[in-house]
Amino acid sequence: MDLFALTAHEILELLANGKVLPDEVETSVRGRINAVNPRTNAFIRTYQENKTPANAMPIPIGIKDNICVKGRPVTCASAILKDFCPPYDAAVIEKIKASGGVILGSLNMDEFAFGSSTESSSKGIVHNPWDLERVPGGSSGGSAAAVAAGEAIWALGSDTGGSIRQPASFCGVVGLKPTYGRVSRYGLVAFGSSLDQIGPITRDVTDCARLLSIISGFDRRDSTSVDLPVPDYALGLRRDVRGLRIGIPKEYFIGGIEPAVEKAVRAAVEFFRKEGAVIKDISLPHTEYAVATYYIVATAEASSNLARFDGVEYGLRVLPDKPRKTGIVDMYEETRARGFGDEAKRRIMLGTYVLSAGYYDAYYLRALKARTLIKNDLDKAFTDCDIILSPTAPTTAFKIGEKTSDPLSMYLSDIFTIPANLAGIPAISLPCGFDAGGLPIGMQLMGAPFAEEKLLSTAYAYEQANGWHSRKAQL
Amino acid sequence: MDFETVIGLEVHLQLNTATKIFCGCRNDFGLEANTCVCPVCLGLPGSLPVLNRQVLFSGMKVGLALNCAINTFVKFDRKNYYYPDLPKGYQISQFDFPIAKNGFLPVITGGQERRIGITRAHLEEDAGKLIHDDRTNATLVDYNRTGTPLVEIVSEPDMRSAQEAYDYLTALKLTLQYLNVSDCDMEKGSLRCDANVSIRPRGESKLGTKTELKNMNSFSAIRRAIDHEVASQARTILSGKPVVQQTLLWNEEKGMTIPMRSKEQAHDYRYFPEPDLVPFTLTEEQIDAVRRALPELPYARLRRLIGQYGISEYDGTILVGDKLAADFFETAAAMKVDIKKLCNWMNGPLMKELNDRRCRIPGLKLTPQDLVALINRVEDGTISNLAAKDVLSDIVETGKDPNIVIREKGLAQVSDDAQLETIVDEVIRENPQVVEQIRSGKASAAGFLVGLAMKKMHGKANPKILNTAIQRRIANV
Repeated sequence: MDLFALTAHEILELLANGKVLPDEVETSVRGRINAVNPRTNAFIRTYQENKTPANAMPIPIGIKDNICVKGRPVTCASAILKDFCPPYDAAVIEKIKASGGVILGSLNMDEFAFGSSTESSSKGIVHNPWDLERVPGGSSGGSAAAVAAGEAIWALGSDTGGSIRQPASFCGVVGLKPTYGRVSRYGLVAFGSSLDQIGPITRDVTDCARLLSIISGFDRRDSTSVDLPVPDYALGLRRDVRGLRIGIPKEYFIGGIEPAVEKAVRAAVEFFRKEGAVIKDISLPHTEYAVATYYIVATAEASSNLARFDGVEYGLRVLPDKPRKTGIVDMYEETRARGFGDEAKRRIMLGTYVLSAGYYDAYYLRALKARTLIKNDLDKAFTDCDIILSPTAPTTAFKIGEKTSDPLSMYLSDIFTIPANLAGIPAISLPCGFDAGGLPIGMQLMGAPFAEEKLLSTAYAYEQANGWHSRKAQL
Repeated sequence: MDFETVIGLEVHLQLNTATKIFCGCRNDFGLEANTCVCPVCLGLPGSLPVLNRQVLFSGMKVGLALNCAINTFVKFDRKNYYYPDLPKGYQISQFDFPIAKNGFLPVITGGQERRIGITRAHLEEDAGKLIHDDRTNATLVDYNRTGTPLVEIVSEPDMRSAQEAYDYLTALKLTLQYLNVSDCDMEKGSLRCDANVSIRPRGESKLGTKTELKNMNSFSAIRRAIDHEVASQARTILSGKPVVQQTLLWNEEKGMTIPMRSKEQAHDYRYFPEPDLVPFTLTEEQIDAVRRALPELPYARLRRLIGQYGISEYDGTILVGDKLAADFFETAAAMKVDIKKLCNWMNGPLMKELNDRRCRIPGLKLTPQDLVALINRVEDGTISNLAAKDVLSDIVETGKDPNIVIREKGLAQVSDDAQLETIVDEVIRENPQVVEQIRSGKASAAGFLVGLAMKKMHGKANPKILNTAIQRRIANV
């Protein structure tokens, strides 16, 4: 039996029955990493953490390289952080350690989570386990690929505009972006602070519910975290979808969607209709502004969040061979020129531009207004829908290199996932079929704020009846 | 041409809360470099700010004391700029919703009361400190100060002379000290001030081009810098040139200003709302609670002291000028004591003791009870004024009961007539020429003999009684 191929809840059952030992599970997963990581490049580095005395859930977990683990390098897959080791654990890492989780190492990602394909990593491209010629999606491409390839039982990702859901969709796994404020951001290296959330990437919905229960909860160190009790999400999975009101937004079924994706998602709608759900055609009229709005808000925040990487306090410091400018400007320029990759530079420049005097009102302020309109659309939709169902991404995994020269088409692969971040609502992606080439297709369920239980039970009902999650990538 | 000077001041005040503005680090200074820091104030990746509510209360106190309206919508913004002492590459500040706005401060200047307008007061975090290391020729950064809470108080351009600016700062500092929100020490940098200065032809209503003066480290340096800049602008205009809007650094040693490089002035701070801090709304009840808890402010106290104790504005201003001295005065004044004498003792000998020791009232071991007892021993004739000053010097150090010190030092005035008469006889016998002068009508010469007699009695005689005895003796001989 390949332990690395099991879900966490299957492993926990074996452990409870004394059929395996925690160390056997870890050995199996580490062996798998050694075997397949040279092909996927999902892990940037692995390490052995000291075992915590708690062993309630000794599940091997991979951590996206933008979440702080005390004393371990955290680089956001960027050269500029060099070998920076944070002196503290992120809130979610404290919770993982307290649960007995076995931290395997750091997972590859787009540099600073800027991307939808994990091609902008300074640590090399990640390959999709379903087709090594294709991207795993991004920015949490390492997390999704690792879970799909058996290199981790489950993983943490972060989602600013779809960075958990889109790679989950491309890699045939389950990924959930929680409600903004559900999971503490303390220790997550910020990209777009008003959009970022950490969330689980798992092999099935049950694991997703379990990992979400572990990492959720109020944290006074994060002022945006919300003080609401955390349910045991796994206990609420078995719920009838009869009478559940599911909205199908017409703006999410437009030109540019691959026919196979649309077909799979439409089939999922039919499943729910047959199960007794009430299917409603709805409109989210401001959807067309979501991508533009997102790329203003997110880059504005990113340009400020990344200002701290200046070579002064930690990380990379580069001095030019010959001094050119007075004082410290040389060091700033050289360090940032060498430390950041192209996409990071593009976003820093874009964000700096939209916040600049004379442009602020035209871009940033208008984007904030558009964000409110997009949120209002969703708020209104949730007055007569419980769930909004759509594709997670317009396509299945694309070829490595296919979109790197066209940032705009890359940005459009997040077109369906971005609204949930702008509105701060929870959304899950789960497998809903495969295209003719055998690539996984994902569907997205969005819910009202803190409706994670409803998202999970709806996803669970679909998953159990359709079983797409049991198909595994062959490596 | 006759010019009118227009001055507005920006004061940065470090608040004395127990911890920093956005983390739990102690808000302290004088510690070893980079020992009072954490991931949050170091701006480490992944760290997040959390607002210290005490800072908000201090900001509200300052705003209310300056007669401002409080913004119930509490919001922070990021001010983006690069400097090595700013670890995040942005400063968390307040841009469009300062905690307080539209206030004024009453200032007594040039013998009359003026209201200086307060445009706004906003909360923000302090940066670290750059230290140049001569041995290695390197610049080092000390982040201990990073995250120290600041309130920036911006005045209206309401001041018309360097002296008015000085008087405004003095009144502002005093108000802030009464609020107990800061130690207001310019030398330590807990109070810093920049001045915006312009001039215009008298009668003109349009403002002239202003320059910003920085780097002054005392109120008198600010006064000197403004005077210097006003003269410089007048010379520029009189020579037919325009004043250039720029930032100038004051050099105290040379008594002149140096322009900052223009590149350093061309800042676009790209303010935007701080996404890591959620805006919230204060209730009127919360604001009222802070208002009710405000102490009596110096201007109100001065008016009350004058009315309640009948003291002069001059004495009152001195007393109110040090809150602890005024507190001391009021405790003492509640006891059985002559108020005028108490005032004289506080603003005279006691002030001298404080100045000699370069300290304030709590630095002395003197209690109001002991000062009153001492004054009353002079009033009942037990000791002379001179001896009492001696006792004061003693008890401010030792904290002893003045009555015990009088006894120990044997300072009680001699009332034994026989001893007194013997000394008077001696003095008269030893100074026949002086006695002659007195007899021939030069009455003032008697003072000389009183002094000699006092010396022989080690100051323990009552000078009035001595004088009478000497006069009587000479008349009788």
